[in-house]
Amino acid sequence: MAEARGVLVIGEVSAGQLSSTTKEVLAAGRPLAEQAGTALAVGLVGHNLASAAQEALQAGGDRVYTVDNALLAEVHLELYLAALVALCRTVAPDIMLLGRTALGRDLGPRLACRLGVGVLQDCLRVELDTATGRLTATRPVYGGNVLAQARCLATPQIAALRPKAYAPLAPDPARQGEVIAVPVALDATMARVAVVRQVRQESAGVKLEDATIVVAGGRGLGGPEPFRELQELAGMLGAAMGASRAAVDAGWVPGNWQVGLTGKTITPDLYITVGISGASQHLAGCSGAKVIVAINKDAEANIFREARYGVVGDWHAVVPAFMEAIRSLQ
Amino acid sequence: MALHIIVTAKQVVDPEMPISAYSIEAAGPRVVTPATFQPVINGFDENALEAALRLKDSQGATITVVSVGGQFALDIMKKALAMGADTLILCQDPLFAHLSDSFVTAQVLSAAIRKIGAFDLILCGRQASDWDNAQVPLMLAELLDVPCLSLAQKVEAADGKVTVEQLVPDGYIVAEAPLPALVTVSNELGAPRYPTMRNIMAANRKRPALWKATDLALDPALLTPRIELVNLAFPARTQQCEIIAGADAAEAGRNLALKLREAKLI
Repeated sequence: MAEARGVLVIGEVSAGQLSSTTKEVLAAGRPLAEQAGTALAVGLVGHNLASAAQEALQAGGDRVYTVDNALLAEVHLELYLAALVALCRTVAPDIMLLGRTALGRDLGPRLACRLGVGVLQDCLRVELDTATGRLTATRPVYGGNVLAQARCLATPQIAALRPKAYAPLAPDPARQGEVIAVPVALDATMARVAVVRQVRQESAGVKLEDATIVVAGGRGLGGPEPFRELQELAGMLGAAMGASRAAVDAGWVPGNWQVGLTGKTITPDLYITVGISGASQHLAGCSGAKVIVAINKDAEANIFREARYGVVGDWHAVVPAFMEAIRSLQ
Repeated sequence: MALHIIVTAKQVVDPEMPISAYSIEAAGPRVVTPATFQPVINGFDENALEAALRLKDSQGATITVVSVGGQFALDIMKKALAMGADTLILCQDPLFAHLSDSFVTAQVLSAAIRKIGAFDLILCGRQASDWDNAQVPLMLAELLDVPCLSLAQKVEAADGKVTVEQLVPDGYIVAEAPLPALVTVSNELGAPRYPTMRNIMAANRKRPALWKATDLALDPALLTPRIELVNLAFPARTQQCEIIAGADAAEAGRNLALKLREAKLI
């Protein structure tokens, strides 16, 4: 690889638009590039990337490298990886950042392995030591019970950022920059994994990741039926429904309701939990909520350590009265 | 011919252990747990073994479980045999203790799998509950140059192909790849089975193979850590919870609604 230089953000594009997580990653990368005195480059892989490239410049990028190919219109990891390896070799960055999204979870470690380096996974914060040029990341481990600081010993240094750990910069339409096409020879036979079909399990109502209010239930509800009552509560508040892993594993609710380390990361203004004990694995997905409310009969439950407001009591009695009071307030 | 399935498994600190039992040793740095708490097989790896056992039940398969670590609790790891795996290989060496570098772990596992020989399918847990990296399986697929399918909730293998349901944020994707392939398994697959008494007794009679670093063809250059752990700390918890009271639970519920309205949250 050529002499390493600069910071490269690996972006994601969906339906021609730059993903919101990529804008967050650009916000994280901007100060690093400035501290290092280098440019913030963005790498985009996909098809028809012109508009996303402009979005990337407005969101903080200095220049954009694209691998634009009809074969990349749909996600094929092996083709994406081949394109990204070529892109990385062209840019030869010292630091690479990406979002730990569904796609980023697959791409990060595989790309790193092809480059012979590791990934700082699931980072909440990245900082640059300008004297050594080394990146230090802060990340939760042991299900969120412990915070680790780690750094890369090899170059490029790669960090995968937890979605919503950084706020995106306000788009600046005045920002302009070069868009450079990177030629890569791709061949459809490189894709060994074939998608047979896609099954969407859209939840009715508000999308969990974007909701300003989320109502969630856990093991303490004891079965699937009580979730109907919580859904009624969610309907009254215009909230999305969530659940702990225990409720998902028990088969009470669909898997895509799961909030937590292995489920969704949410950052609502208000998060109302009912019968959720607050295991670290769950808190990892909701610690970005502005206000957590806990209804749990166990006063010792861990959730009360994270909650702003709590009711210690049996949800059978608390929730109907809570709903009735909300109805009368509305 | 019956499938040969390799399942990777990691011995981890019991994630159900209360946080008060954790302590941090600055040297290392590392997380230390009292000896009274037994380690466990990583839960997601048990899900992966369950996926392998379902294939064994439905169509016949030979299952080899392989693990890398510094010092194994044999009784704990033998649970894999008691669940129904045929062979257990423990790559145990002081060199492999406290591996927190996924790249190095993947190198050791790939060397062990090359020593095992031909396989049809590798099943791995989606991540380990200690470091939560979700990195080793993907790197392993790269090092062995096999197709990789992540986050499976269902795994089927037939006609030289593996077909899986892969979890995505808004549902799942049905995807397939030619064998040999590597699949990472998520807890949505379903709970791992309990060992039967018969299998526990059979497992007691089996001895796991113990492989040392010198038994594996390891390139020292590839064992150089790529990631360095600088510090471990317990997260600061500053939140003060205001407990909303009432004459009874129902009144507390009503008072909670009033409080949230007062705070303009609803």
